[in-house]
Amino acid sequence: MELNVNGHPRQVDVEADAPLLWVIRDELNLTGTKFGCGVGACGACTVHVNGKPMRSCVLPVSAVVDAKITTIEGIGAEVLSAVQAAWILHQVPQCGYCQSGVIMAVSALLAGNPAPTEDELGTLVSNICRCGTYTRMRAAVSALAAKASPAAGVRT
Amino acid sequence: MISRRKVLLGGAAAAGTLVVGYALWPSGRIGRGDRLAAKPGERFLAYWIKIADDDIVTVVIPHCDMGTGIFTALLQMAAEELGAHWDKTRAETAPPDPLFANGALVEGFALGQAGMTRDSVPAFLQGSVFAAGNRLAQFMDIQVTGGSSAVRTTGVYGVRIAAAAAREMLIAAAADRLKAPLKTFYTESSQVIHRPSGQSFRFGELAAAAARYNPSSHPALKPRSDYTLVGRTIPRIDIPAKVNGATQYGIDVQVPGMQYAAIKISPIFGGKLISVNEASIAGNRGIKKVIKLDDAVMVVADRFWRAQRAADMLDSVFSDAGNAAVSSAGIRERHLEALNQQPIKHEFSVGAGAKALQNQASLERMYQVPYLAHAAMEPVNATALYQADGTLEVWAGSQDGLGSRAFCAKTAKLHLDQVTFHLMPSGGAFGRRLPGLWNFLAYAVQAAMALPGIPVKLIFTREQDLRHDYYRPNVTSRFKAALNADGTPAAWVNEYTTDDGSNAEAHIVYDVPNQAYGAVKVVTPVPVGPWRSVEFSWHGFFVESFIDELAHEAKRDPLEYRRALLKHKPRHLAALELAADKAGWGAAPVSAAAPLAPRRARGIAMVECFGTIVVQVAEVEVSDDGALKVHRITCAVDCGMAVNPDGFKAQIEGAIVFGLSAALYGEITLDHGAVEQQNFPNYPLVRLADCPAIEVHIIESDAPLGGGGEPGTPPVAPAITNAIFAATGIRIRELPVSKRSLKKGA
Repeated sequence: MELNVNGHPRQVDVEADAPLLWVIRDELNLTGTKFGCGVGACGACTVHVNGKPMRSCVLPVSAVVDAKITTIEGIGAEVLSAVQAAWILHQVPQCGYCQSGVIMAVSALLAGNPAPTEDELGTLVSNICRCGTYTRMRAAVSALAAKASPAAGVRT
Repeated sequence: MISRRKVLLGGAAAAGTLVVGYALWPSGRIGRGDRLAAKPGERFLAYWIKIADDDIVTVVIPHCDMGTGIFTALLQMAAEELGAHWDKTRAETAPPDPLFANGALVEGFALGQAGMTRDSVPAFLQGSVFAAGNRLAQFMDIQVTGGSSAVRTTGVYGVRIAAAAAREMLIAAAADRLKAPLKTFYTESSQVIHRPSGQSFRFGELAAAAARYNPSSHPALKPRSDYTLVGRTIPRIDIPAKVNGATQYGIDVQVPGMQYAAIKISPIFGGKLISVNEASIAGNRGIKKVIKLDDAVMVVADRFWRAQRAADMLDSVFSDAGNAAVSSAGIRERHLEALNQQPIKHEFSVGAGAKALQNQASLERMYQVPYLAHAAMEPVNATALYQADGTLEVWAGSQDGLGSRAFCAKTAKLHLDQVTFHLMPSGGAFGRRLPGLWNFLAYAVQAAMALPGIPVKLIFTREQDLRHDYYRPNVTSRFKAALNADGTPAAWVNEYTTDDGSNAEAHIVYDVPNQAYGAVKVVTPVPVGPWRSVEFSWHGFFVESFIDELAHEAKRDPLEYRRALLKHKPRHLAALELAADKAGWGAAPVSAAAPLAPRRARGIAMVECFGTIVVQVAEVEVSDDGALKVHRITCAVDCGMAVNPDGFKAQIEGAIVFGLSAALYGEITLDHGAVEQQNFPNYPLVRLADCPAIEVHIIESDAPLGGGGEPGTPPVAPAITNAIFAATGIRIRELPVSKRSLKKGA
């Protein structure tokens, strides 16, 4: 079957119910998307499907054949995205393993809501970071929100 | 003799051996270092320090990157002593070779045990060029990252010494060129500068000549007052590759022809594999092999999800090893029985010890903590390739590259030089990848040996990772105290269960004239191991809960009560005051703008561990129907000096969240001999929505450098449970908090 990943058509020979996560990692060798739980609970495998954040470990590949799939490798390939730059500025990652998924979730959220409240952020970015970098995620998103909408940057 | 476990974990029992002299390579070893780890144009000047023709200084670091920022901090320490320009420095992971065994770790540990610092070692013992510390590290294959030790041992006893020695060698080479005295030169911005003439040489142009001098084992070190890089926040060097998916962790290794293995380990601890019905997966696509081991079965396939599905479908039968009746309730009973019915020897006492309890009013309390999993985000995994000619190549994240290589060699019954080990960055570790916790390496090596010539990547599913961890132990602790008329303790007696030996981590910093401590061993089939902050993760909760209970018993403010018991400990007092002050201790819990919530209050806790003093104040709110909200954690830390203050703060913040997950809902339970939790839905961890505001305040003192990775964890739980008591009158003596109803009137 054919998939559209990061703007390129890719042929894969896999079962219809193969999880998108493993197709991305093992068939396409895009290893920036991570395996964390396999049950859609931690968000390490988050990718964009037609711009929406989806947990790829529980998504059968057959469900996304006609969709545009974007992985962490597909954002900021040439120039870092604003979220990635903010992640560096605020020194968010520690081990970094969960951060691909977090950055994908945050990017999707900010695309539709450039200045989320703290509650919106907490509800819509429910990824697990075992290193506990949440306070820095908040600071980075708050700075991005302030840039997008100066009046909204301090909403809590 | 120093035991490997004690070195690895920085335990506090007396070592009995004094090891001195930093291990600088004699010149013969430099050549071997160059062959192993120098690229064209680079050469080693001293242990761990390479300088290239283009001035680039590379520090070869005998640690793993598991996210704690130590590569940046250690590079700062090296650049500081060398006088290198920050932009011209690089860090590399040391090869897992005995030549790069971490002697500084052993030396730091041994000196610490003897109550000495490097400077207090008598002069006549200082000259040893090839020191015992390094010999021991090689002998024990040590390259460990753990015990919050990288900066305070590798950095203090190793990297900065090697860098200072290299600086002296560069200066010697410049002095020889100009035929001028050594003391007329200094280094700055990766140049050696002749002060009188202003003439300068680049590091790169001196490096080859400098490498011909012998590094001093006791070079002059910069005083703290001259530091320009150490003590400054510098962005971490590993972060850019962690925002675009570029960092390759162990799980990301790709080897041509690689196959994937999924594993099913006996669900009951100690159980053996009895039978496997391979017909149950006969029709599955891509299956390469079913490998039967003593206590597990692996399915190898051409893709991981195929291997995983087949492993899930595979009919397999395991024995119960007589452990089918093991349960959390039963283990809890055994801990209580051990404390109540076995004679307990007090192995450490102060003053009159337990005798001081007699004939005085006493308070007795019992506390308990459960088993906990590490649950790093990258499930444990390893890739291995065994060749029929008897060589083995392994790729994995580990907290000890050299130790892992030796372990893989032993598993495969090969010599060390037949094994290549590629140390990969770890997607979290928290103790899970330390020596003794290497089931993932053992299984991967066995998988590779069953398929000679084929690389095999073994990945534990989250379920296998969670159910076959080496858990933070279940521990029960009992306290008895006798109180003076003013409510302060006259006697403090603490008896606790242990999986190992007695724990110096139980000993209190508070000024109590009579103290006694005793441990009673409880053996269970549950595998246990070090978990971020190790013994402090339980004794911190026990001690800080009990002291809080004593304060309330004495009807005294918990802050003021602790203060009264720390009169002779100015560093502890300062940390206590700062945390209390920043948290607004004593003030109304909410701002004037917000309505005053009736069940909102603060709790305080202090733990000193890994050379660092940490005080935390938690502010919590409990609704009438029992919902708990942790609003804020305010933290004061005295670590002597933070090499990279923002990086240090990040570690404390992360350690607080780690402790918070454990305090609120962390619990591994057993039923019928197996772990009940399967995955994150029933092993919940703190997420963004539950994360309180966290403030970290660093205190600079002149104390030796303290650790950064672990000390933030232990005070969280008691700060929260003490706050819950202040808010509700409910005293939580058994973690996690979620086990107890906090409903009003409950």
